[in-house]
Amino acid sequence: MSADPWETLRAATRARVGLGRAGDGLSTAENLRLAAAHAQARDAVHTPLDADAVVAALGERAGPVVRSQVADRTEYLQRPDLGRRLSSDHGLSSGEFDLAVVVADGLSATAVHEHAAAVVDALVPRLEGWAVAPVVVAEQARVALGDEIAAALGASMVLVLIGERPGMSAPDSLGAYLTFGPRPGRVDSERNCVSNIRPPDGLTYDAAAEVLAALLTESFRRQLSGVELKDTGAALPPAAG
Amino acid sequence: MSWTTTLGGHSYRFADLRDLLARSTPLRSGDVLAGVAAESAAERVAAQTVLADLPLQHFLDEAVVPYEDDDVTRLIMDSHDADAFAPVRSLTVGGFRDWLLSWEADTATLSALAPGLTPEMVAAASKLMRVGDLVAVARKTRVVTGLRTTIGLEGRLATRLQPNHPTDDAVGITASLVDGLLHGAGDAVVGINPATDRPSTVLALLELVDDARRRLDAPIQSCVLTHVTTTLELLEQGAPVDLVFQSVAGTQAANRGFGVTLDQLREAHAAASELHRGTVGDNVTYFETGQGSALSADAHHGVDEQTLEARAYAVCRAFDPLLVNTVVGFIGPEYLYDGKQILRAGLEDHLCGKLLGVPMGVDVCYTNHAEADADDTDTLLLTLGAAGCGFVITVPGGDDIMLNYQSLSFQDVLQVRQTLGLRPAPEFEAWLGSVGLLDDAGRVPQLVPEPIRALMS
Repeated sequence: MSADPWETLRAATRARVGLGRAGDGLSTAENLRLAAAHAQARDAVHTPLDADAVVAALGERAGPVVRSQVADRTEYLQRPDLGRRLSSDHGLSSGEFDLAVVVADGLSATAVHEHAAAVVDALVPRLEGWAVAPVVVAEQARVALGDEIAAALGASMVLVLIGERPGMSAPDSLGAYLTFGPRPGRVDSERNCVSNIRPPDGLTYDAAAEVLAALLTESFRRQLSGVELKDTGAALPPAAG
Repeated sequence: MSWTTTLGGHSYRFADLRDLLARSTPLRSGDVLAGVAAESAAERVAAQTVLADLPLQHFLDEAVVPYEDDDVTRLIMDSHDADAFAPVRSLTVGGFRDWLLSWEADTATLSALAPGLTPEMVAAASKLMRVGDLVAVARKTRVVTGLRTTIGLEGRLATRLQPNHPTDDAVGITASLVDGLLHGAGDAVVGINPATDRPSTVLALLELVDDARRRLDAPIQSCVLTHVTTTLELLEQGAPVDLVFQSVAGTQAANRGFGVTLDQLREAHAAASELHRGTVGDNVTYFETGQGSALSADAHHGVDEQTLEARAYAVCRAFDPLLVNTVVGFIGPEYLYDGKQILRAGLEDHLCGKLLGVPMGVDVCYTNHAEADADDTDTLLLTLGAAGCGFVITVPGGDDIMLNYQSLSFQDVLQVRQTLGLRPAPEFEAWLGSVGLLDDAGRVPQLVPEPIRALMS
């Protein structure tokens, strides 16, 4: 019998298990650790997207930078409707694409800075024969902004890589939302989502790309996305860490 | 029907019932976002003054979402019990608020009244209540349900143990499960939000918790919170499904946004009921709701978010749920901006659900982009404890590493149980005692009983 029964379990999760108590409540040390994590997440929400750095990281796959109709972060937090609408001066032109890829700040630009280009690099080579539009970088964006972007580009599908709401253990988690036939007015049940792309604790880039490529292929074949499209094809990636 | 009134020399007009309800609603960001909120504090009170004089009967004559267009309205109107409504039929909304607070409205009276109330009636009355009223009326309103444990009894506060993991890793989930059990959590449900909707993963998680339950001989029920269509598929395969889960909302269009219909819920409810997996009851559904979900799906019909939330409880009550909880701070600051709005919304939801006969719990929580912190969740938990809330959500350290938001920690609930003298569900309490996790003073000692230690290796 192990002296510390928590030894194996703690290694498998970042969940805050086995915390120190003071009576029924939490100890001073634990309370301070929680306060520090909350402070870090709060700060991640308010970090602005460095669009130039994202474009540089995307390299030759990078396309234009666009904005939603949101003026600033305070408005972004209270007006998701404006975060779904494309600014009128977007300058996107229509082409013939199977897939539009949008890299969007969402609620954590930190996640985009850390992971977005690497996911694109892992995914695009897996989409052999696809006409993929140059990757659009979007500021002050919600998921549904991808619908307007894809419509403007004339793409059959859209994949939005977006910073998820920061948690205390994960200020940098990236989500990927896939929509077939994107157009304004699509609802959430018409999308498929792969969340927690965040190596080494969440999904690795290769694992995320593998699942996304399988989903995209199946979505294209069946000409639909959302709850009717279950990702039964790809195996569940192994847990890391 | 429209109304006009004057207050402080200004004249105010309210175009219809939904306008009157929306402008009567205490300030919250979601109603501002939807463009339905009162434009001034004075207009809000003017609306409340008109609302107070409105006969309850009016809610049976004017729907906030048209009957022809919406199956939730049809469910509400068609299932209304006129006999149960009789004791309050002649009251106005203001008179109904007074009656709810009266000594005459005791627990038995309120239980008998529930089928006679519509969501819009209870939402209207709650808009005229302060926090103290919301607590006082909820405290004497009781909804008791059961499967392997009994939820909602007086003097009890149960917990959902939520052992989420970002990659659905079995060992990681076991770590959080064990941590919760060691802190006396899990008597409402062990409920996992999976990272993926993949049926094979959902099945593996169901089997993981069911296996732990049998090894520990513990009275718990499990749930993997996946879409109802996935659960139906797994039920057909013979998976160990205790509870059918679904997120629901207060309009047909919002439910379509969740990809769910009332017929699918009927089918799943029937399929899970046939398994007879309960020991002390037969409630086999679990629903989550939250103010702002209809607006988020652009399916709000110009109705305020609190009234729509109450309508979601009408959907829930049609399927005899074991548990329903509002995820009150989860949806974000565009719907409930700060701790003050979250506190009030949590108490409104809890009261409205219970008045309608729904077994309410609350996910006492906030996101990192809301203006809220742990002081706000402490305050809501304490007031819900005083209000006789059925259950709350708990995660290790209050930090959900899968959904990226803060809920309550196991320790938060231990503390409030001691502060307010609340106990776990009786069957679970007995099990905790049998494995040494409850002392004579009802406290949970810091030790690892042998059966749980075995799960850990």
